[in-house]
Order: sequence, then structure tokens, then C-alpha cells
Amino acid sequence: MMRFLALLLLGFTLSLTATAADEAPKLDIGKGGQCVKDPQWMRKNHMHLLKHQRDEALRHGIRDEQISLKNCIECHASTQDDSVIAREDSFCVGCHKYEAVKLDCFECHSGKRKSAWLAQRDKK
Amino acid sequence: MSEIDIQRRQFLKTSVGAAAVALAPGMMLYSVAQGSTEGASSKVRWGMLIDTNQCKPGCNDCVTACNRENGLSGETKATDSQWIRKIEIKDISSGRELSLPMMCQHCEHPPCVDVCPTTASFKRADGIVLVDKHRCIGCRYCMMACPYKARSFVHEPLHDQNPDVPRGKGTVESCTLCVHRIDVGGKPACSEACPNQAILFGDLNDANSDIAKKVHSVASSQVRADLRLNPGVRYQGI
Repeated sequence: MMRFLALLLLGFTLSLTATAADEAPKLDIGKGGQCVKDPQWMRKNHMHLLKHQRDEALRHGIRDEQISLKNCIECHASTQDDSVIAREDSFCVGCHKYEAVKLDCFECHSGKRKSAWLAQRDKK
Repeated sequence: MSEIDIQRRQFLKTSVGAAAVALAPGMMLYSVAQGSTEGASSKVRWGMLIDTNQCKPGCNDCVTACNRENGLSGETKATDSQWIRKIEIKDISSGRELSLPMMCQHCEHPPCVDVCPTTASFKRADGIVLVDKHRCIGCRYCMMACPYKARSFVHEPLHDQNPDVPRGKGTVESCTLCVHRIDVGGKPACSEACPNQAILFGDLNDANSDIAKKVHSVASSQVRADLRLNPGVRYQGI
């Protein structure tokens, strides 16, 4: 009986994991690549890096380019529209929507790759 | 020397070596974490010297450059942001007319910082007065406190900001002295754009800088010097 229950439980867990993987957001990761830490670490901790960096950069002028929001956007903005927020599957929006976490950064910050933004401004 | 002594010496040698090996990566990490810049230094005092004799009435180039650099609309309605504006003044008795740009004066003792309830308004070590919009609650006390009327409140949602200049609804903002340019060795957009080089930018604390030399040799004054705020922006010929 116990063996049967254990098997049942195992099967249940496996199927749950499988569904979760299926439903995981498919993101447009842009150029992608890894420059700070591995993806799983970044999924869990990117907000702490950004929060630390924003205070250091703004209040003390210590601009650590590697963990700056601008640098994140540089690689992760979509190669189609140069943005991390433009679409449902954009790099930032996709996950934040899935996790139901409000994304405040881009009420002030630009979600666009800087080179693209400059090119667009120069056209005007 | 006994056998034991040699062993002890050997042990000490290896353990010192091991400690050095263990320390070295730690030191490496520290220097990497510091990044390429040391941040704003209190040895520096950024400032500007504005020569009003060179500032032409009707010329708006500094304002246009600021608007373009920082993504301001350029409108001048009561609810629009203006970081720098041209002022035309006239001495009634002599009829002498003057034109000058007015913006945040980057005071040494900024009243906007004194009144801020959330310490969003702050002065950086190098004398630049900024608003930390992560902390700003939009109460606008600083706008009331500023004797130069230098600050603006963002009333409407904004889109497509300059990636170097984040701005957003519900926060107060003002001239940043183009801090994003200064931190990469540049100078403010208005100073760069002035066709008559009327806006001289530099480090007031560096005796060899152009601005320090000029402040030392020609008469210049601070606007509302009576308030003893010691602004970093000085004017010549007013």
C-alpha cells in the first residue's frame, strides 16, 4: 500500500513539474548571453543587484557598468524592436507577468537599447 | 636542530603560503567589485561661470540643447518641466538690459535638501544637487524652498525617455548638471551648445582649471548671495 502511495505521489509531482515547464514563459531574450551570473541565480537575485547598483550609481556616482540596468537592456532587448518591455513576451514583461510582480522600473527608465534610442532621436 | 623544529618550520612556511593563496582571490574580487570608477569625490566641486556679457538676448540654444539632452518637451506651460530658462532683465534707472540662463544653482547648502522629508533631494559629494526619484514622493516642498524656482514637477506620464536620463510622473526634477555626461568625462549640454562660450563649466576646487582661474581673476557674483547658500553657479556682469 505504502509503495503504491509513494508511486502515486511521485507520478503526481512529476506531472506537476512537467506542466510548470510547459507553462513557463517563452521569452524573447534578445542577444542573450551570460555576463553576471548563471540564469537561475539571476532569476532569483537580479532585483537585489539592481537595487544596490541604483543607489551606488545615483547617490555616490559609482557606476558599475556590468550590473547597470542599461547594460542588462543592451543585451536582453529584443533584436526586433530593441525593447525589453514592448511586447507580452519581451524579456522583462514576460516573466513579471507570469509571476504577477509589478514592474515599476520602466515608469521612469527607458526600456530601449540606447543605440536604438539615439538613432531614433537623430532621425527626428 | 631537531627533527621536530624542522617540521614546525616547514608547517609555518606552508600555512603562510596557503593564507596568501586564500587571500589573493578575495583581494581580486574586491577590486573587481569596485568597478572602473571611484564615484563622486568630495575633492571636486563642479560649477559653472556664466558670462552674461556673452549671453545674447533672444538666443535660446542652451535651453534647446538641455531639452534635447534630457528629453523635455520644450513647452513652457505651468505644468511643463523647465530645467533651464532664459531670463531677460532690465535696470529701469539706467536702461541696461541683460540676458542670462537660470537653472539649479547647485548650492553648497541647498534648501531643497533641508526640507526634503524622504532624503530624496540630496547633494552628491562633488556638489551636484540631485533628486533620487526612487525616494521622491512628489510632495514638492523642495520646489517651495528653492529661491531660484529651479525645480519642476512631472504632471503627466512620460514615454520614451533618454536611457541616460530617467524621468517619471509624480516626481520632482531639475538640472542635473548633466551628471550622466560628467561621470564619463563630458560637460553639460548647455555649456557645449552655447555659441559664445558664455557658460564655462569646470571644477571650482582645481586651481588649474579654467573656471577656477577665471573666478580668481574676474569679478563674478552669486544670485541671491545674501542667502549664503554658496551656489556652484556664478554669474559675471550682473
